[in-house]
Amino acid sequence: MYQSLFPRDAFAELDRLQREMREAFDLSPNIRGLGRGGFPALNVGGTPQSVEIFAFAPGLDPATVEIELDRGVLSIAGERPSGLPAADDGKAAVHINERFAGRFRRVLSLPDDIDPDGVTADYRDGILHISARRRESALPRRITVQ
Amino acid sequence: MSQTNDVTRNESATRAGAATRNDPAGRSDAALIPPVDVIEDSAGITLRADLPGVPKDKLSLQVEADTLTIEGQVSMPTPQSMEASYVEVSMPRFRRVFTLSKELDAGKVSADLKNGVLSLRIPKAEHAQPRRIDIKVG
Repeated sequence: MYQSLFPRDAFAELDRLQREMREAFDLSPNIRGLGRGGFPALNVGGTPQSVEIFAFAPGLDPATVEIELDRGVLSIAGERPSGLPAADDGKAAVHINERFAGRFRRVLSLPDDIDPDGVTADYRDGILHISARRRESALPRRITVQ
Repeated sequence: MSQTNDVTRNESATRAGAATRNDPAGRSDAALIPPVDVIEDSAGITLRADLPGVPKDKLSLQVEADTLTIEGQVSMPTPQSMEASYVEVSMPRFRRVFTLSKELDAGKVSADLKNGVLSLRIPKAEHAQPRRIDIKVG
């Protein structure tokens, strides 16, 4: 079972409960599951020109993050080091251990009108922002009456 | 339990109180609780908190009496015309409150924010540093 991303938040807990109920009753879930609660947390939005993905992934070395786009499927993978002392180190005590550590991979499918050459990513303040441009032919345009 | 474990206690009561004070609906002051790691060694306590999207100028750290408050506002480069289609992080604010214990030196807290991870170092007061006690055999 995955670790809750924002533990002890009453709203998050309610959300999790609701999700589990839904998962239990949903007879045809997405093939990749609902995925909520994984690391990094994702927000996705769209504009007429692009699809914007925000991954909340603090504490990463941007050089080690692998972003792949394969046949419209975007995957974000990497590893987050643990800042905790080794288990055999008797000198330090860990009182709270809530932060995610280890390897992660999140996968999402993008809409069909994405231009694979128009995907850019930047990392700032722990947010990985991926912007995927829609194809020129798919952009909304005004048609003039002849 | 030793007193140092006080730092591990989350002051949810204070948080709920603050929410109702500022806004009768209690929702606009709502914030996400950032996940933290707290590690103690003989010289002090290290606290690490995940605050993705919080720039240095939007982070507020306060030590008042024995209460440590971490608050941060998320700032994201969202395009104007964007419509959210899938949301896991629903509030642009983080907040968490801890109670410090008295052997910690709240005046010497040092903080560092890098790639959305806040690292706090709270040293123990001089008089609380460990020392070896010699046993005299008479």
